[in-house]
Amino acid sequence: MKECYVARSRSVAARELGEEMVIMSAADSTLFNLNPVATMIWKAADGRTPLTRIVEEKICPEFDVELGEALQDAEQFVKELAGHGILLLADFPIVETNAGSDKKP
Amino acid sequence: MSLMEQVNRRALALGVPLSVHLDVTYRCNERCEHCYLEHDGKDELTTEEIRSFLRQFAEAGTFFLTISGGEPLLRRDCFEIIEYARELKFNLKLKTNAVLVREKEARRMREAGVEQVQVSVYSHKAEIHDVITKLPGSLKRTLEGIRLMRAAGLKVTLANVLMRSNAGDYAGVQELAAETGAHYTLDPTITPMLNGDSSILGMRAPSEELRTVFRDERLVGDVGEFCAPPASIDDDVREGIPCSAGHTSCYVSPLGEVYPCVQFPLVCGNLRRQSFAEIWAESVELRIVRGIRAKHLSTCSSCAHLGTCTRCPGLAFMEGNMRGPSSADCEKSFVRTGVVTAGMMAMDGFSVRGTGRMELVQIQM
Repeated sequence: MKECYVARSRSVAARELGEEMVIMSAADSTLFNLNPVATMIWKAADGRTPLTRIVEEKICPEFDVELGEALQDAEQFVKELAGHGILLLADFPIVETNAGSDKKP
Repeated sequence: MSLMEQVNRRALALGVPLSVHLDVTYRCNERCEHCYLEHDGKDELTTEEIRSFLRQFAEAGTFFLTISGGEPLLRRDCFEIIEYARELKFNLKLKTNAVLVREKEARRMREAGVEQVQVSVYSHKAEIHDVITKLPGSLKRTLEGIRLMRAAGLKVTLANVLMRSNAGDYAGVQELAAETGAHYTLDPTITPMLNGDSSILGMRAPSEELRTVFRDERLVGDVGEFCAPPASIDDDVREGIPCSAGHTSCYVSPLGEVYPCVQFPLVCGNLRRQSFAEIWAESVELRIVRGIRAKHLSTCSSCAHLGTCTRCPGLAFMEGNMRGPSSADCEKSFVRTGVVTAGMMAMDGFSVRGTGRMELVQIQM
């Protein structure tokens, strides 16, 4: 199975509200609200860390879930967000200019 | 409950200033006859101050940022501010008259990720719009700017302030919006000037025009529902907050002053002297505003319209009592439903002409 890399799109607005992330796509003004698990994946989506490692190192210990089950959910989640253009998805590390880390205030 | 309502509710529970309206200048290239501002650029915030304040808003959890003025594009650093705000991941709305928007500016807004642009258009006729803005040729330039922004892929809203001088023109502005692929919003609110001068209130659209607008299904959707008499009031309404001002939103002036809202000129602190977090958490004025529930309103708490009125606490404040009624909103509630408001009955010299539900009201002020 190929590795999957995810990166946050720079074209979105995003803010953490409590433990959840509010995101709006500038392209079509769709509003998203990520639950704490999805928020953790979003924050770790730096384009360099494989999704498997994000799930294994961040999600499984924090939420006490099996790797296989968590990875399946995570893959579905990242595909859905990629479909809306707010996450970038590739089977190689992502270094393009439209992706990257959130600027820290 | 919509997702937006859920987000607003969570922000309220967490005490987060979800929305900030930042005027980056009071300078303007138009001189609109109904404007509530004095166009003075004295002591305007510097670029570095604004960058610092934007970081503080982001740290406090602000998601929706409106950059406005005056005319924000008069600032040479306007795009630097816009681009920095987007780096900080704000959902960014820009309010401009679009007179200075050419292809380059439109493209830069789009590339920065401005989510929407709001442009005031008063009439589809230059002889009306340009007289209101006191800038000859302004409608032509504004429409050119709107078309360029649309061509660049920006979401644009035409904001149509309804007043006496343009009362018959809203349908024409709606057509302009449709023609340019823009959204349309109509606002019949004229506010006193921030310096307290209320002479511009004479420009408010007359009641008969409001009545026409409130019964236009292209504007309000289901007229029967929109104009229905107010529903009964329950404890949820009585325990409710009047609006988001000071609870999940606030206004920051080009001098760094923090207010609950752009229409609520109660100074709660100044970002040049205190941090945003400190003002948001500790301002005595904000605490007072936040303590007000519908049941505490001096006249409105006994009004049949309590649950449906668009009462603006800022307008009430400018009339002398932030817990009191706002006469403009009393008028709107009455014209919309035909049911007299408690605020109207409490006014000296109040009278309703005629006997029907939809007759005009005269208010002596």
